[in-house]
Amino acid sequence: MEDIMSNAQTKIMRETVREMDLTANLKWRRTKDFLFAVTGLMTLLFAICVLLALFIDLAMTGVPRISAEFFMNFPSRFPEKAGILSAWVGSLAVMITTAFVAIPVGVAAGIYLEEYAPKNIFTKIIELNIINLAGVPSITFGLMALGLFVYKLKFGQSILTAGMTLGLLVLPIVIVTTREAIRTIPNSIREASYGLGASHWQTIQHHVLPYSSGGILTGVIISLSRAIGETAPLITVGALTFIAFLPTAPVSDVFPFVSFQWLHDAFTVMPIQMFNWVSRPQTEFHVNAAATGTVLLIMTLLMNGIAIFIRYRFRRRMKW
Amino acid sequence: MSPQFEIPATSTTKFNLGHQTEFLRSQVKSLSFSYNPKDKVILKNVSLPIFDKKVTALIGPSGCGKTTLLRCFNRMHDLYNEVSYDGEILLYPESKNILSRDVDPMEVRMRIGMVFQKPNPFPKTIYENVAYGLRVRGIKKKSYMDEKIELSLQHAGLWSEVKDRLHAQATSLSGGQQQRLCIARALVTDPEILLLDEPTSALDPISTSHIEELIVELKKDVTILIVTHNLHQAARCSDYTAFMYLGDLIEYGPSNQIFTNPSDKRTENYITGRFG
Repeated sequence: MEDIMSNAQTKIMRETVREMDLTANLKWRRTKDFLFAVTGLMTLLFAICVLLALFIDLAMTGVPRISAEFFMNFPSRFPEKAGILSAWVGSLAVMITTAFVAIPVGVAAGIYLEEYAPKNIFTKIIELNIINLAGVPSITFGLMALGLFVYKLKFGQSILTAGMTLGLLVLPIVIVTTREAIRTIPNSIREASYGLGASHWQTIQHHVLPYSSGGILTGVIISLSRAIGETAPLITVGALTFIAFLPTAPVSDVFPFVSFQWLHDAFTVMPIQMFNWVSRPQTEFHVNAAATGTVLLIMTLLMNGIAIFIRYRFRRRMKW
Repeated sequence: MSPQFEIPATSTTKFNLGHQTEFLRSQVKSLSFSYNPKDKVILKNVSLPIFDKKVTALIGPSGCGKTTLLRCFNRMHDLYNEVSYDGEILLYPESKNILSRDVDPMEVRMRIGMVFQKPNPFPKTIYENVAYGLRVRGIKKKSYMDEKIELSLQHAGLWSEVKDRLHAQATSLSGGQQQRLCIARALVTDPEILLLDEPTSALDPISTSHIEELIVELKKDVTILIVTHNLHQAARCSDYTAFMYLGDLIEYGPSNQIFTNPSDKRTENYITGRFG
């Protein structure tokens, strides 16, 4: 009895669906589709336009000021004589130190978490904290560095302190990208390696690291391009805003020919130099600041471009 | 259900199988296997002889535990979860239980090679792929390596196709060539047993027949244990066949007997295509 009832019902419903006007609904659905696409495109264009306007404005003011002397001169009281020599050398020195801190620690931590760490509650807590660490305001790192590196460990207001601070700041990025790069390697490759009698470390050394190096390198470059623009933590640890000398040369003609004295020297970096010039009343200095900003932006774009290129190259080479 | 085959009480390496004398290479003794915690037993009291320089095929419907059994042979399960092995897999001539906690899985994997379902060459050169087993063992002598690599590529029937491009990327090879490369990679270290886990399931018919010919050729030198879904393949290539169902070993015997005159109803149903 029930069967007959439900059969009849189905039949009625089928008839009603067939009799519906399909086109009316269709039109509205198409319109909604279109509306969403247009809204999305507008939002995207707006964001890009704002960025582009900022960049063009900066470049229009700054580019005419960029010349060989601008890179070769120390900052000066006279805006037309002032340059960013100490700033870009300082940025370079700090970046090198940052890389030496962040790469070994970050990659090792990423490998440990991905390959060795037992899957338990402690590992989960650590993972969560690393992700949180990436979102901690950078000035907090500055305060921590001031207390730890400057006062406790007595590294002074030096390149070493700055490099270690920024190294810690970008560490979560390096760890997360390392883990992501390692995770893209299929398990079948690991099994192939283990199947031939390789140890865990041999598998990591011969397969996991080489195959993920593209992704890791990309992460490192992106983290350095973030570090190069950081200002707040460096002001906190005491970067100077006016430096009219260069750090000690790392190589010399007397034994032992290499010196790490530069690590202990005072420094400034490009964003701080920029900040310093912007905060002056004379408009000529603002031009200098715009020029520095342009240089900084171009460097960041260049670094990110290299990262994308490396990722593309490695993706093409690594087929599983 | 006990298998048709009677396991000898002592770990003798030689005994008579009615018509001919065979040598044991390995023997599974009442092996039960489960992932910890023991919610599901995947292998139940499986006993199985592996004869030297013969091809033993493991057949059965999906989820019957044949791949699990195969992976026990080189302790692949140890890589992942906590696992519990109950029982033994003895490796002759020294009757070593390779499942024992005292035996290093790395040692087992160096003695027993494996080829996987999907070709999995390393994204390195052809030469480096084959060389890897030797490198793992710390072998560095170039002339020795060159010789071994050529030999194993010849064994795998790949030498004539790749001898001019040994330093090309292995991933540039076709699927069938990649699988033969994986076989060469496993052969280069002269394994005592070669495990093949559905080696042709990802390949086209021509590559499949290549690999099947290769299996027949290879058993002159190496003991082979193969898991396959392809019953014709098992019938064509293997000397002995074990039929597994839901973690049990239902029937074991010479392949021609299993495929023409099975003694268990379930085996018959499976090989005639009534289930599975």
